[in-house]
Amino acid sequence: MSAATASSQRKSLRRRVLVDRIVLYTVAIVLALWTLVPIYLIAVAAFSERVAVFEYPKALLPTRFSTETMAFFVGSSGVLNSVKNSVIVALGTIVVALALGTPAGYALSRFRFPGRDAFQLAVLSSKMFPMAILAIPLAVTFIDLNLYDKLIGVIIVHSAMVLPFVVIVTAGVFASVSHELEEAAQTLGTSRLGAFLRVALPLSLPGLAAAAIFAFVTSWNEVFAATILTLRERTLPALVVASLNQSPLYFKFAGGFFLIIPSLFFIWFMRKYLFNLWGPGR
Amino acid sequence: MSSVSFEAVRKVYGKTVALTGVDLLVRDGEFMVLLGPSGCGKTTLLRCLAGLERIDGGVVRIGDRDVSDLAPRDRNIAMVFQSYAVFPHMKVYDNIAFGLRMRKKTKPEIEKRVKEGAALLQLEPYLDRYPAQLSGGQRQRVAVARAIVTDSPVLLMDEPLSNLDALLRLHARAELKRLHTDVKRTTVYVTHDQIEALSMGDRIAVMKDGEIVQIDTPSIIYDRPASVFVGSFIGSPPMNFLKSTARNGDAVGDGWQVPGPPGMDGKPLLLGIRPENIRIGQGPLRGRVVVAEPLGSHTLLTVQVGKDVLKVVAPADDVFRPDQALQLAPEPHKIRWMDEASGKAIAAPN
Repeated sequence: MSAATASSQRKSLRRRVLVDRIVLYTVAIVLALWTLVPIYLIAVAAFSERVAVFEYPKALLPTRFSTETMAFFVGSSGVLNSVKNSVIVALGTIVVALALGTPAGYALSRFRFPGRDAFQLAVLSSKMFPMAILAIPLAVTFIDLNLYDKLIGVIIVHSAMVLPFVVIVTAGVFASVSHELEEAAQTLGTSRLGAFLRVALPLSLPGLAAAAIFAFVTSWNEVFAATILTLRERTLPALVVASLNQSPLYFKFAGGFFLIIPSLFFIWFMRKYLFNLWGPGR
Repeated sequence: MSSVSFEAVRKVYGKTVALTGVDLLVRDGEFMVLLGPSGCGKTTLLRCLAGLERIDGGVVRIGDRDVSDLAPRDRNIAMVFQSYAVFPHMKVYDNIAFGLRMRKKTKPEIEKRVKEGAALLQLEPYLDRYPAQLSGGQRQRVAVARAIVTDSPVLLMDEPLSNLDALLRLHARAELKRLHTDVKRTTVYVTHDQIEALSMGDRIAVMKDGEIVQIDTPSIIYDRPASVFVGSFIGSPPMNFLKSTARNGDAVGDGWQVPGPPGMDGKPLLLGIRPENIRIGQGPLRGRVVVAEPLGSHTLLTVQVGKDVLKVVAPADDVFRPDQALQLAPEPHKIRWMDEASGKAIAAPN
């Protein structure tokens, strides 16, 4: 009797686990398709002959493979210069955001100082203001400061945008490095700074790399500020957006694909770290 | 040479007083154990010596040098941490060499000393591994080797065995003691484990609430605790304390009477006696067995005497039943009288 109940209970439990799993996988697949299908279609369009873009119904497989479209995009006037600008701005953003954000994150994770909680809140609250509201006053101020249409201006704005993330992430990274390690280094003969440079910093490099790549991708993809604050010295997204109305469809596809690539690399390299950040991965 | 002294050392965290003015002298080459329950300030005292905490009053000296305001690296100490704090991004060799490199030793000398340290702690086969590839016991030995090779005259240890499993701890305890006899460094060792303290220390400083309540050799700490706290903190099971009142030179308890300390008439007393110092047979204490726990080498009895409960160590061969009536005799020269009001020992025992 009881054995039968137990076995039927086991069976119903197994059924529930199965149902849970089916639901989970269905949702995961739908979400994955939601993201992947457009990327795939863009990629197919970017690597087909130009005329293929206008065909309908669309071919789901790249039957007419060609680098012609991409070549046209890369060869268009201003594109190479804007790629160069984008790279400079993104690298500059990494340097500025990490130079400012890493010490702040370290301080947050290691010290209990007056105003610590307020500071932490302030860091996040800078995210409250939409770029759309800030953009016009910023443009005016930048004209006054002679920063308008200069890459350094865009670097400053992009750094401000990623700084909260860099501070919070590096704080978490440093918190995961035991303080005792730095203390041990000090008892073995390093200064406070030496202990940081020889122990905390090397152990935090993966996390700092993630922050750096995030800064890079954010800056690479940022359109709004870059569009408003520049005129000739466009970054790539700003150029693509600005020329959207006048450019042919295949140009847009090629540009879109070109812009996606760094993000894909970011997610690919940082998968493991992101899982650590958000909970145990399997 | 390198004695260590604390003179009226105070440490305050906000409103919490962690150290209330500690005086302690650790002699050159001595193995001093700081023992106490968690939160008693023993680790804080050690960190003040290491320079990892600033003191808020008093003086810390190493040898004749006032080190109170020096950074850790200028104190010439070495420390083993509770978590070992072995650098995970360095191989065992580089971990052990770290302190030597910071001291700008020459390459051949570093190599020689790392080899020596590794030999001393049986780490030679692991020099090329990363800490993640080592067991807990091996990591602990790396931490010790790293501390020892720097030749700092003062060695600090913060519960270095508490993260090991019981068997390994036993082994590591003996190893550390052997090591101390080999290298003869002045050692300050923090633990909450009284067995570690008794077995390793030349002397033990028992701490409670930010102050030292007794400093002495393990045998005196064990035999003659200075207070009820020390008697009950040290020993497993701890010292028994029976309530009584002094009357005409005797101590009168609940249904018993034994000769007591002089000059305490009318005052409440505690009769302190270790479980192994109570004989079973004829005696002034009458009680009943509550539980008998055979432990192999001996049997541990819990006996109800009047309103008090006693632990008694009995020979393993004797058989006891629950509720069995017993007569108990505390060995007179092992009795430690305590003033119940203050919790302090009454002077001049035996």
